[in-house]
Amino acid sequence: MELPQLEHTRLRRHDSAASVPQFCNSPTMIVMVGLPARGKTYISKKLTRYLNWIGVPTKMFNVGQYRREAVKIYKNFEFFKPDNEEAMKIRKACAAAALKDVALYFTKEQGQVAVFDATNTTRERRAIILSFAMEMGYKVFFVESICDDPEIIAENIRQVKFGSPDYADRDIDEAMEDFTQRIDCYRASYMPIDDEKDRKLSYIKIFDVGSRYLVNRVQDHIQSRIVYYLMNIHVTPRSIYLSRHGESELNLLGRIGGDTGLSPRGQKYASALATFIKGQKIIDLKVWTSHMKRTVQTAEALGVQYEQWKALNEIDAGVCEELTYEEIQENFPEEFALRDQDKYRYRYPKGESYEDLVHRLEPVIMELERQENVLVICHQAVMRCLLAYFLDKPADELPYLRCPLHTVLKLTPIAYGCKVESFFLNIEAVNTHRERPLNVNITRNPEEALQTVPDHI
Amino acid sequence: MKHRSTSEQHHGKKPRVPAAAAATSTSPQDGMEDKAATNPRELTQNPLKKIWMPYKNGLPEKHICQRKVCMTNCPTLIVTVGLPARGKTYISKKLTRYLNWIGVPTREFNVGQYRREFVKIYKSFEFFRPDNEEGLKIRRKCASAALNDVREYLTEDGGQVAVFDATNTTRERRETILEFAEQNGFKVFFVESVCEDPDVIQENIVQVKLDSPDYTNCNTEEAVEDFMKRIKCYENSYETLDEVLDRDLSYIKIMDVGQRYLVNRVLDHIQSRIVYYLMNIHITPRSIYLCRHGESELNVKGRIGGDSGLTIRGKEFAKKLSHFIQEQNISDLKVWTSQMKRTIQTAEALNVPYEQWKVLNEIDAGVCEELMYEEIQKNYPLEFALRDQDKYRYRYPKGESYEDLVQRLEPVIMELERQENVLVICHQAVLRCLLAYFLDKTAEELPYLKCPLHTVLKLTPVAYGCKVESISLNVDAVNTHRERPANVDVSRMSEEALLTVPSHQ
Repeated sequence: MELPQLEHTRLRRHDSAASVPQFCNSPTMIVMVGLPARGKTYISKKLTRYLNWIGVPTKMFNVGQYRREAVKIYKNFEFFKPDNEEAMKIRKACAAAALKDVALYFTKEQGQVAVFDATNTTRERRAIILSFAMEMGYKVFFVESICDDPEIIAENIRQVKFGSPDYADRDIDEAMEDFTQRIDCYRASYMPIDDEKDRKLSYIKIFDVGSRYLVNRVQDHIQSRIVYYLMNIHVTPRSIYLSRHGESELNLLGRIGGDTGLSPRGQKYASALATFIKGQKIIDLKVWTSHMKRTVQTAEALGVQYEQWKALNEIDAGVCEELTYEEIQENFPEEFALRDQDKYRYRYPKGESYEDLVHRLEPVIMELERQENVLVICHQAVMRCLLAYFLDKPADELPYLRCPLHTVLKLTPIAYGCKVESFFLNIEAVNTHRERPLNVNITRNPEEALQTVPDHI
Repeated sequence: MKHRSTSEQHHGKKPRVPAAAAATSTSPQDGMEDKAATNPRELTQNPLKKIWMPYKNGLPEKHICQRKVCMTNCPTLIVTVGLPARGKTYISKKLTRYLNWIGVPTREFNVGQYRREFVKIYKSFEFFRPDNEEGLKIRRKCASAALNDVREYLTEDGGQVAVFDATNTTRERRETILEFAEQNGFKVFFVESVCEDPDVIQENIVQVKLDSPDYTNCNTEEAVEDFMKRIKCYENSYETLDEVLDRDLSYIKIMDVGQRYLVNRVLDHIQSRIVYYLMNIHITPRSIYLCRHGESELNVKGRIGGDSGLTIRGKEFAKKLSHFIQEQNISDLKVWTSQMKRTIQTAEALNVPYEQWKVLNEIDAGVCEELMYEEIQKNYPLEFALRDQDKYRYRYPKGESYEDLVQRLEPVIMELERQENVLVICHQAVLRCLLAYFLDKTAEELPYLKCPLHTVLKLTPVAYGCKVESISLNVDAVNTHRERPANVDVSRMSEEALLTVPSHQ
């Protein structure tokens, strides 16, 4: 007899999404404002990634993309000249199409936040958006990026515009020249959000890549979190190193959780990690570990200062702590199946879920955003959550991300995303990655359940 | 809370000031890095907090550090700026309370108080006239005395943050403070409150100034009139923080009680947290209701933790709670519970929508879950004694400490600050932590706050603090409060350990 699928979600009836209490049913539109090359798309993408990670369904709508669909080939900046009537028509139509999709996202796809990424530099355009939102019952929060530092703007153009489809066939100087003129097209009609006239609006103005902020009328929780996030991110180049602890005694035995020390190979890894880190010649590296012995032991080998975070502890497997998968199958076959059905939301009895983990890790992510070079020595499930944040992996992929032992992942932000380099430090270790088996039904037999369990002692 | 544990001291880390040159990570064993790599230090687990620490020759090394909010050696000086009756003291006290609660030793220094000590009797606003030379001399002296105490607090008394609460309305005065801070290696963060709404100012005066020692012998009208003239004395020389002139300073300008904020050059984690906090607080009148779930099955058996349902009496409490809430006639009440059955069952009886927060779950007692105190004493006498020695920091094996709880509850506090009327149905240890935040209780007091079953605490912010009303809903319940016994030594006998255990089935 098939038991109800959602039994494991028995307590979720009024559950808040990951870490954001759902106080309002009104969806929110985040509207970007600013001249080209001011980081609007960078902010939009990053914010979208962050909100999705913490469990707020968010989608980005880049009007430039709509324009590229409408006008297949981009000729030059003349398209953006304020007196180019035909182009104006097209651009208005693109904005309208994007707004329509925003409405669809909210009504048909249960979206909670839409990031409307365009210049929106005139009061007229913003008024259209505001009346649209009012009509539909959406909240609006503006994010304006103001920057007049020519070096920053030039760097922006270099980093992201050259890679744009608009400039695929140009050389760098041509592209730079054209883009500069493009910016000029907007400049004359640019009306920044006015602190007097717009005092009833909700907005944040970001000046000079974050050295100063003006925040007006934050309406609710989600806007408050957005402001906090935007005030903590920076664009200083740096790298984040993620690694698990060295192989542990329980790893060898195929047991999950617990608080054991490193195996001999794990110790070797710790030394290898020390050598690797030294070789990277990192400036002012911060090292973070969890409170569990195996990460602390790993950090010890580095011979440097480190900070212990309880929030970095491995997922709590509750009643399944220190069991092998075989034992879990034997003693809790239904739980084991439920976990395979929805590994992200499944919570171990008296334990945690990946979803809980994400919530617990949010302060870690916030501090990682504030910091520069950091090495985080953590655990498999924790590392999957952190990695999913940086690489924008959705909830159903997150619990299956590959994070093998004795491998360092070096993440370096570039353009709109994150470069990942993987370094296996050549110390053998057990595999702890269990793929989702084919049969996740509670009626399955043990062999089917244990099919994907990696080998162990 | 107001403590600084020596075993978690931070050694030699460079503070993150913008001009600081990037430095290679400091190693405690300079020149011995290779040795460390091949001979890693042994780890031992601290018996109280269950933290793994390296040790040498059988003694724990004071090297590693647990994540604390303030990870720099650089203390921070928060300096308020603003005309009188702009909420500077309100903000100072609230911020101090919050920072102490999250574990950052903080103290406020109110220059007005120094002035009151010096000039025993306040005559009138004339003292504050800008041409009153003698008054100015005294005021400068008071500011210096306060700064002196700040220095002592931050350098000798283990303070991490000092809040310098005064008008500080002239650039000259702020320069003095900046020099002082630079000499002593303190970071400075300004908090300016700007408000021109006469209603708000009037309300401020009524709420806090009339009760001030300065005006004990005046009637309301006299006091208000004098205070208005006092404000005038400052107005002419008021130099607000300027976007251009002060662009290199770190500050937040709060305008119109939080409608608008200008934030400039946030330097580090603690400043970022302060900004976030200041941007979430408000002064709209409201009440927060705190209570525990109704009596549970495990409660009557004298067992801790677990996830049991309500007893019959517990269910009766839930019903009475529903009536009580209805009678209170609260507009737009939000109801929060944990994700444990007993709080949810309690909320169900209210027949209103409620929000479940996992972080409101009771403290995890790890290996002691569902045990009676008698069983804990029998099976884990050492743990039981350690807990009595330092109930705030003690972490159950595979469980949590009150200190962990506070960290986990911080988002709840932040959201409570944002919200208006809220009813939180939670658990004993959780309620103690929340109550300690609102009533500014220390870490030592927190784990022993009395939070009996079937009692609602109604908290209403008033003036600089919080009014508490304790309302028992008259449904009997077992007592779950265990006082600290006289003997907390690990060598004590069972009877001594179990002396204060409340009776149960």
